[in-house]
Amino acid sequence: MSGTPGTTDGAGPEAAAGAGPAPAAKPAAGLLGRRSPEDRRRARRRAALRKYGAVLLLLSPWIIGFVVFTLTPMLISLYWSFTHYDMASTPRWVGLDNYRFMFGIGKIHGIKAADPYFWTAVKNTLWIIVFGVPLRVLFAMGTAMLLTRPKRGTNAYRTLFFMPSMAPKVAAALVFVYLLNPTTGPVNQLLNMIPGIHAPLWFYDPATSKPALLVLGLWGVGDAIVIYLAGLLSVPRELYEAIAIEGANTWQRFRNVTLPLITPVIFFTIVMGVIDGFQYFDQAYVAGNAVSGGQTSVLGSPQNSLLFYGLYLYEWAFRNFAMGYASAMAWVLFGATMTATAVLLLTSRRWVHYGGGT
Amino acid sequence: MATTAASTPGAPKPAGPAPAAGRQVTRRPTPARVRFRRLLVSVGNHSVLLGVSIIFMVPIVFMILTALMTDRQALSTQLWPHPFVWSNFVQVFRSIDLARYTWNTFVYAGLSTLGVVISCIPVAYAFSRISWRGRNIVFLLVLSTLMLPNQVVSVPLYVIWARTFHDLTGIQFIGTLKPLIIPNWFGDAFSIFLLRQFFMTIPKELCDSVRVDGGGHWQILRRVVIPLSKPAIMAIALFQFIYAWNDFYNPLVYVGESPTAQTLSLALSNFRGMHHVQWNLTMAATLLFMIPVVVIFFLAQRVFIEGVTLTGVKG
Repeated sequence: MSGTPGTTDGAGPEAAAGAGPAPAAKPAAGLLGRRSPEDRRRARRRAALRKYGAVLLLLSPWIIGFVVFTLTPMLISLYWSFTHYDMASTPRWVGLDNYRFMFGIGKIHGIKAADPYFWTAVKNTLWIIVFGVPLRVLFAMGTAMLLTRPKRGTNAYRTLFFMPSMAPKVAAALVFVYLLNPTTGPVNQLLNMIPGIHAPLWFYDPATSKPALLVLGLWGVGDAIVIYLAGLLSVPRELYEAIAIEGANTWQRFRNVTLPLITPVIFFTIVMGVIDGFQYFDQAYVAGNAVSGGQTSVLGSPQNSLLFYGLYLYEWAFRNFAMGYASAMAWVLFGATMTATAVLLLTSRRWVHYGGGT
Repeated sequence: MATTAASTPGAPKPAGPAPAAGRQVTRRPTPARVRFRRLLVSVGNHSVLLGVSIIFMVPIVFMILTALMTDRQALSTQLWPHPFVWSNFVQVFRSIDLARYTWNTFVYAGLSTLGVVISCIPVAYAFSRISWRGRNIVFLLVLSTLMLPNQVVSVPLYVIWARTFHDLTGIQFIGTLKPLIIPNWFGDAFSIFLLRQFFMTIPKELCDSVRVDGGGHWQILRRVVIPLSKPAIMAIALFQFIYAWNDFYNPLVYVGESPTAQTLSLALSNFRGMHHVQWNLTMAATLLFMIPVVVIFFLAQRVFIEGVTLTGVKG
């Protein structure tokens, strides 16, 4: 900050306007240079006030939005998580009962009670994260590395790979339910041509419904490919030249130059993948809806194999209107997301190399 | 590896056995053996990439083909439409109120985009062009809301819209598009982040020059920041538009079963429930649903790629 208050902190015009006319308005103060410390302090305070006023005004959309649409709902939801609330009557305090019921520990009113599908939903969600995230990372990284090689056509390939990731998830899920139809779908027709192969039933079999979602997930991997491509292209060329002079082979080059320099990108895609994985929803809703048949859709079909955490929470909240229990589930989800992110951040110190290219 | 090295002009070739005086002989004609190897590597590369490209296009191709089939054919094992039923695209408007759903989706996407652009510019400005105590901490708070699962707030928000806001204003919110649009007029963390990153790159001197002329923040925004940030503003607008167009969870929660306010994603997710076996119409509707996204994507591909890259590499 320079001598005059406010000029460098962006309140320049206000500061000038605030400090400037003040002495002029008071002829008694006389010459400009001989303002009393009292005057100067007052001017400075007024400038600061103006600046913070301006900041508050500029931030006001976000402040209102944060208080009304984030903070208040969060606090309400935290409170509800300790209550029984079905929207018909006022919330009734039940202590930790919702959490006991969720995890199936302890007794509620002396009776042992547990949510029958909570752990199913947890397992399914962990499954899609544990298999989905690494698969996405490896596939995106591999494809991006292939894309850095050709002299021509990189942009065309990139467009083709990227486009499906913009497609609505609902649309993508519908298309894949059709493509992976066990009898009439083109994929199984192709697989059936290969002798000795039993084409899977995909979304119609609990054993293969989640792998089918992985296939669907890979179709939308294009955004990650674009990020990896940018990361790979930002690796300074001199490093490759340097290691080539040392006589390194392709693997050594990847291991010692490429990989360390794109660890920030890998880290970012893993964190985003995990956060998204915890909230996995659209695809499972649509696929389960499509295969459950009948007029009433059963969430998580077939046989709860696609019952993911977000889906199950939705069912409790908006089909059963158990707002208290759903709030408890939401807070557990929030806690899990925070914990996973924190753990990833802590481990990242060991393997993520910042600085350099980007 | 040969191709990468070759793309570096004047670099010593690591592929061949480099002689001691490598620097002087870099410009000699490439040996046929090396050239052949490069060709092989390049062909291998392109065939893998082409293969992946084809696999990526298969879903779209089959979607188009199925959309042109008769409903009986769409249920059969035949893969090529016979005959081509172009009227499916008309039929689908008759079998569901597709025009209304498209309009609803457009209203949601359009108005929420307008809201995000208008509300995020001043916020991002305050986070980038004015320095004030606590700025970084508050900005961290903005970013941390990105991690908050939508479910944590959507459960109470549903009740707030249905009860509190309804009782306060007498307006019906649930079952309409309002709960989807209104929050977007109060800032969006992702857009604020993206805009802020861009605003930071604007040279300070340009803003100072406006100040010298006696202009305040509004003048700086109008005369310097906004004109210079058109690409970034375009990016957040397009991202928000596509996000809202594709959004499924929020319409599902706040609009629900309401027949008048259904968005395309919502209508399509129920489509199969209504028309068990009409895959041809489902695919035709899905295709119509995707077309705006694809068109916007091709028109503004650069913006998307740069936006995604910015969040990934700098984030």
